[in-house]
Amino acid sequence: MKTLVWVEHDGSAVKDATLAAVTAASKLGEVHLLVAGSGVDAVAKEAAAIAGVGKVHVADNAAFGHNLPENIAPLVAELMASHDAFVVPATTTGKNIAPRVAALLDVMQISEILSVEGPKTFTRPIYAGNAIATVESSDAKLVLTVRGTAFEKAATSGGSGAVEAVGSGSDAGISSFVGAEIAKSERPELTSAKIIVSGGRALGSSEKYEEVIVPLADKLGAALGASRAAVDAGYVPNDYQVGQTGKIVAPQVYFAIGISGAIQHLAGMKDSKTIVAINKDEDAPIFQVADFGLVADLFNAVPELTGKI
Amino acid sequence: MKILVPVKRVLDYNVKPRVKADGTGVDLANVKMSMNPFDEIGVEEAIRLKEKGVATEIIAVSVGPAKAQETLRTALAMGADRAILVQTDDAVEPLALAKIFKAIADAEQPGLVILGKQAIDDDNNQTGQMLAALTGWAQGTFASAVNVEGDSVNVTREVDGGLETVKLKLPAIVTTDLRLNEPRYASLPNIMKAKSKPLDTKSPADYGVDTAPRVKVVKVSEPAARSAGIKVADVDELVAKLKAMGVHS
Repeated sequence: MKTLVWVEHDGSAVKDATLAAVTAASKLGEVHLLVAGSGVDAVAKEAAAIAGVGKVHVADNAAFGHNLPENIAPLVAELMASHDAFVVPATTTGKNIAPRVAALLDVMQISEILSVEGPKTFTRPIYAGNAIATVESSDAKLVLTVRGTAFEKAATSGGSGAVEAVGSGSDAGISSFVGAEIAKSERPELTSAKIIVSGGRALGSSEKYEEVIVPLADKLGAALGASRAAVDAGYVPNDYQVGQTGKIVAPQVYFAIGISGAIQHLAGMKDSKTIVAINKDEDAPIFQVADFGLVADLFNAVPELTGKI
Repeated sequence: MKILVPVKRVLDYNVKPRVKADGTGVDLANVKMSMNPFDEIGVEEAIRLKEKGVATEIIAVSVGPAKAQETLRTALAMGADRAILVQTDDAVEPLALAKIFKAIADAEQPGLVILGKQAIDDDNNQTGQMLAALTGWAQGTFASAVNVEGDSVNVTREVDGGLETVKLKLPAIVTTDLRLNEPRYASLPNIMKAKSKPLDTKSPADYGVDTAPRVKVVKVSEPAARSAGIKVADVDELVAKLKAMGVHS
């Protein structure tokens, strides 16, 4: 089977989520990559070095500059004439593009795969991860999105993919990029961080989040997260949100501070290697999944922890 | 312009799903069902656009069993003008759904179709994007703001790391994210009024769409359970445990 993996990048570097998609694709067969964008020579070079990669198709055109699915999906559909599976990281960008490609190919996409069980058989979470479905496609081609936390990341060196320019590409003329507000941060990204410190509604305010959660994260070099309740209450921006409706994470250590552990939050972090919970309610559901639970007032315990760790 | 709003009847978001013992799916017998929360946000957004004078008519559509009528009545009570039930007892996949909505869009010629970004049962996150592909229209997915200006719409999208705004030519597809709005509750008088609003019943065959599944569900199982660990007595014990794992500054 010949697979085509969508390379997610920021214009200058390959994003981590791509590496998990490469691993998933390598379980199906030969791995080809697609780098689409504007001025992406550096990305293509980096992509070609990913271990196990065959060909790297590069579509360099201003129309592909902002990942507009209206322009990219026709390009992918064309390339799929000579590939059997389109494999995409299940990021917001990947999820925007993949189904548009699937419909152009008249293929039913399989979303957020957790494992490859056979050439056309996969597992995927349903009901926010409260159930796992094993599904088998009957379509001639596959379109898959890959949950990044479920697969090892492919090595970023050792590969020697052949770079090849493809597709002239054109602007469909129905959509354009206006602008973006992307938070710039020195911290690791939530979805690839080794340690995450998350705060919940018990913090009570954005000031307390800054005062209690941020210093611990600073000390551990951790990413910052939050429960939906804390986001809804306006303590932190939405891109901090961990959970079914936010980001799915699986760090080495996850600190849940003042988070009760609603199903929707657990869906986003229960695959973390070690979970540490600090909450003053000893009956909070978070303690049912925590490896280390501390029943304490977070306003005393967290600064003490920050001081002693 | 008209706005088309697909809505899905799903297991209520407050109910914990139980996997059936025979591994064929999730038990939906005698449990509370509601409108998919993301679709509710879609209905609300359409109503707000009508209140602003941008939209003239809101058509709610659902593909599902006879009971999906209740979901459509909820949309009508919130403020949709009429409804279409495409009745079927089969589970319909996103691709077939998108084909049905495409046929309805061809007939109704809406300026916008507003869908939930995903249904909270199958978590596919596909139908809106697929409908956009089939209609050839632009798509603004995971929307947190929708502003119609003349013959285009600016959609602010929730993306990894922040927000992004795209400008789309109308007609267009929008899928909703949680922060787009807070849906209203239907008032009792509006619930009564909704009972007399028009609701057409159709079948997938009326739209020439084959709903035979492309993906077979082999089995559905419980996720691996995570067992509770230990409670530590104080911060010192926690620090010791963390240091033993190599977690320190």
